[in-house]
Amino acid sequence: MKRIVTTIIAASALALMSSAANAKEWKTVRIGVEGAYPPFSSVTPAGELVGFDIEIAKALCKQMGVKCTMVQQDWDGIIPALLARKYDAIIASMSITEERKKKVAFSDKYYNTPAKFARKKDSGIEISKAGLKGKTVGVQRATTHDNFISAEFGDSVAIKRYATQDEAYLDAVAGRLDLLLADSVAMTDGFIATDKGKDWELAGPGYTDPKYFGDGVGIAIRKRDTDLVEMFNKAIAGIRADGTYKKINAKYFAFDVYGN
Amino acid sequence: MTELAAVLDRILIKTLGGVLDGYLYPFILKGMVVTVELALASLAIAIVLGMIGAVAKLSNSRIAKAVAGTYTTLIRGVPGIVLMFIIFFGGQLLVNNIGDLLGWDYIEISEFIAGSATLGFIFGAYMTESFRGGILAVPRGEIEAGYTFGMTAAQVFFRITLPQMVRHALPSFGNNWLVLTKETALVSVIGLQDMVFNASQAGGTTRQPFTFFFVVAVLYLIITAVSKVGLRWADRRYSVGVRRA
Repeated sequence: MKRIVTTIIAASALALMSSAANAKEWKTVRIGVEGAYPPFSSVTPAGELVGFDIEIAKALCKQMGVKCTMVQQDWDGIIPALLARKYDAIIASMSITEERKKKVAFSDKYYNTPAKFARKKDSGIEISKAGLKGKTVGVQRATTHDNFISAEFGDSVAIKRYATQDEAYLDAVAGRLDLLLADSVAMTDGFIATDKGKDWELAGPGYTDPKYFGDGVGIAIRKRDTDLVEMFNKAIAGIRADGTYKKINAKYFAFDVYGN
Repeated sequence: MTELAAVLDRILIKTLGGVLDGYLYPFILKGMVVTVELALASLAIAIVLGMIGAVAKLSNSRIAKAVAGTYTTLIRGVPGIVLMFIIFFGGQLLVNNIGDLLGWDYIEISEFIAGSATLGFIFGAYMTESFRGGILAVPRGEIEAGYTFGMTAAQVFFRITLPQMVRHALPSFGNNWLVLTKETALVSVIGLQDMVFNASQAGGTTRQPFTFFFVVAVLYLIITAVSKVGLRWADRRYSVGVRRA
């Protein structure tokens, strides 16, 4: 009996020690990144990591005053590896969703690529309720963009819905559409910057209404590390304020990816 | 030695540096080295486990038989990728939880060790069956003759059973090796930077996934082709004195 009591006391003492250890000071933070999602993260032929996510991660670590190591991880295992403590945070363009929130905690968003309209360069279409009246807009069916335009502009424009984004691009080139509405980065990368989209340009404001487009992209952290979530939130605000974010943004994108 | 490596490096960069946007060497070929190392390390573990398993299955001990039987049934009945997730992530979680309880700091299990241990553990089950078949093919009378001469169990095993079972186990052993080599691709999900991991990153970066997966297919073919040469040599070596069918 005495022995059992001693064991219990010893065990609870250890448990106390470990909870004290959890509140440790973060001197090094290991960051899980992906590496196959340009321009956010990709690898050079030398195997070096580059991209928007990577530079943001480095800037945040500098802001927090901690040493960071990057751990490359396949997308399929990226959350399990976080939970198994292979690293402490995921900075890999991960959208904040309700489903993921059940497993991990998220920082505030660090970007939220806005939806934008694209128009033909010489069309002169004004992006406003009045300017869009009677125009034909192409979107991908059953996407956040479809929901947005149906609800906000549905009464003034004709909407053509496509199964894939590429079909919308093709119809735009064929002259059947006046405008496209899609994610600004996806559209720049997949259309405007390519040969077939060279006569088109992004226009108008960026739309990021959480009602349609969700909460953007955040940093995933284990739920128990609430202190680390706080640190990242402060650091995001920090690099937003001191201009570091703007510099990195300008290096990769022609528009503001933070959204409003 | 390092100088030789440096010279080799320069030659390779000159000849292969520009191929596939520069991703073939060193990036993907470095992944290939990881793949080969991982396959060999896993094979070593699988052979040891397979030998123990085969001997246990053929022993007279009921406990040994039951343990080995459970091992082969369980492992051969569950997909490799599931085991990989369970052992690698589950194992790490277990270590973490025990560590938390005891107040240790985080203990890192290296991906290479975890990967080769998991693959070795999986293929040990297949090897168990290959080796068991090999041992069964050795005529019982020869083993009994060994004991009659006063040899110990170990002597019988190393002098009579082992040299003869190799011949019988080789075809199925070779088969296991080829499957094992390809299964190493599973480790990319646990973050080990093997050939497939690096190729999918290069493919994603350059937006030419098919090009890079095609390259990986060719590289795997090279590995398996070289292995087949080795297996053929072993087959000849252990068939000495046996009439060809």
